[in-house]
Amino acid sequence: MINQQVDRSKRRFLVAATSVVGGAAGVAVLTPFVMSMLPSERAKAAGAPVEVDITKVEPGMLLAVAWQGKPVWVVNRTPAMLGKLPAISSRLADPNSDQPQQPEYCKNVDRSIKPEYLVVVGICTHLGCSPNYKPEMGAADMGADWPGGWLCPCHGSRYDLSARVFKNMPAPLNMVVPPYKYLSATRILVGDDKKGA
Amino acid sequence: MSAMQKMVGWIDDRFPLTSNWKAHLSEYYAPKNFNFWYYFGSLALLVLVNQIVTGIFLTMNYKPDAKLAFASVEYIMRDVEWGWLIRYMHSVGASMFFVVVYLHMFRGLIYGSYRKPRELVWIFGMMIYLALMAEAFMGYLLPWGQMSFWGAQVIISLFGAIPYIGDALSLWIRGDFVVSDATLNRFFAFHVIALPLVLLGLVVAHIIALHEVGSNNPEGIEIKKHKDPVTHFPLDGIPFHPYYTVKDIVGVVVFLMVFSAIIFFAPEMGGWFLEPDNFIPANPFKTPEHITPLWYFTPFYAILRAIPNKLLGVMSMGASVVIMFFLPWLDRSKVKSIRYRGTLYKLILTLFVISFIGLGYVGTKEPTPTFTLIARVLSVIYFAFFILMPWYTAIDKTKPVPERIPE
Repeated sequence: MINQQVDRSKRRFLVAATSVVGGAAGVAVLTPFVMSMLPSERAKAAGAPVEVDITKVEPGMLLAVAWQGKPVWVVNRTPAMLGKLPAISSRLADPNSDQPQQPEYCKNVDRSIKPEYLVVVGICTHLGCSPNYKPEMGAADMGADWPGGWLCPCHGSRYDLSARVFKNMPAPLNMVVPPYKYLSATRILVGDDKKGA
Repeated sequence: MSAMQKMVGWIDDRFPLTSNWKAHLSEYYAPKNFNFWYYFGSLALLVLVNQIVTGIFLTMNYKPDAKLAFASVEYIMRDVEWGWLIRYMHSVGASMFFVVVYLHMFRGLIYGSYRKPRELVWIFGMMIYLALMAEAFMGYLLPWGQMSFWGAQVIISLFGAIPYIGDALSLWIRGDFVVSDATLNRFFAFHVIALPLVLLGLVVAHIIALHEVGSNNPEGIEIKKHKDPVTHFPLDGIPFHPYYTVKDIVGVVVFLMVFSAIIFFAPEMGGWFLEPDNFIPANPFKTPEHITPLWYFTPFYAILRAIPNKLLGVMSMGASVVIMFFLPWLDRSKVKSIRYRGTLYKLILTLFVISFIGLGYVGTKEPTPTFTLIARVLSVIYFAFFILMPWYTAIDKTKPVPERIPE
């Protein structure tokens, strides 16, 4: 009739084997749910490159366009603005753009292809706010030694006119320069830098 | 045998109705000396019910779509019959939830209600607090105003500070490269389905754990040590029902008077419960001049801002919440209640309360050098309260605790 002798090691083996297989199935079932929260194909497609006509950006002005839903700024910097850039190196966290926050061809003091036109993603590298444009040198609210740049309203991070962050700010990095290229003297394509297209 | 008794008997043969009623209400013996501070547990339950009921009715007209959300909230406010009342009950309810929960937690702090054997009551409570913060944060995105958008942008970016996986993690949370329709839609799902279920489950666990070990009291004396030899009920206890159900109804009436006064006369509470910038639709190109979370998050936000390093700031903010979980093991005092503690503890507790409220205030202000310095000093006091607790609670001079609750 009933065998009183329980094979404990066999029971342990079966319990362990069932738990492992069941656990693996559980993880497998979880996968599609976790993956469903990644950006959808439509969201990825919305990251397509954006063409910008830069003729309407007057000297000293900032034009904001949307790329991947983010604000991208095109700033037409005057010679006076550019002249300030080399002198403030010692006050910056990463003056030579050593961190990979820009394409190789923008790793220079202007962080741009053509010095006068800065193209940058207008999102603070601290917690993602969009900094305010403060181009006026020595503006009253920014201090006499302010060389012009951006101030993040969230936590007070300051950037210069090449979107390089100052030392001892909450933001750790310079703002991101997106990949871009000149289609002609007056048109740029943000989001694509492949040659020959 | 009356028809009623017959019916209850019929149910009891199939479902433990009477035994549960007795175990959790009519024969759940609570200490006889509960005071003012013991209202906030039942009030938290009341606000939870308010949030669930008003929330259900809000979803009948709300549209979780980035193009429609802001207008649908205004539609509820202007065109839906009584929609303004239901919406204000929900938005004021959110702030009142934190008011009662903070007072409830403070009660636990001063009377040592987290001490052995109530560690799990405290842990479940802390988990409720975490779930509540997530629930409030996700709910605040739904009106799709400027503060909704930028608040979410900042908080989700916090996860980006985690080394290696941070950027991928924040992308996964948003479901897009920036806060967008995808983010709004999933936050809606979490806010109305996932987190309320988690909250309800945790509240049940919190109460089951409490009823297993029994309630603490303002004296911090274990009433289960002295039981009636015949009935085995604690001598210093009284049945929860009817004694404390009636007491709690008094608390409910006073609470509802305050709650109604706010809803009808100051639903925005001068910008503290609903921020002015949130009456502007979300604009991904323009961060508001001055961005702060709602008041119940500002102490932690101030700690984040106090530290001039992204990763350390985020870690400190996380630690400021997580450290509360360890309270049961940090406190080495011989006594539970503040009534029997010494001057040292009372002094440090006072400093802690000042630091928490002070951080909450500084967190609403712009990060000027003065406020940043104040935030740093207060952050040090905040953490010192917990980190030094094993030391100062051990050397603090305590008073002898009586065996029974004094008359």
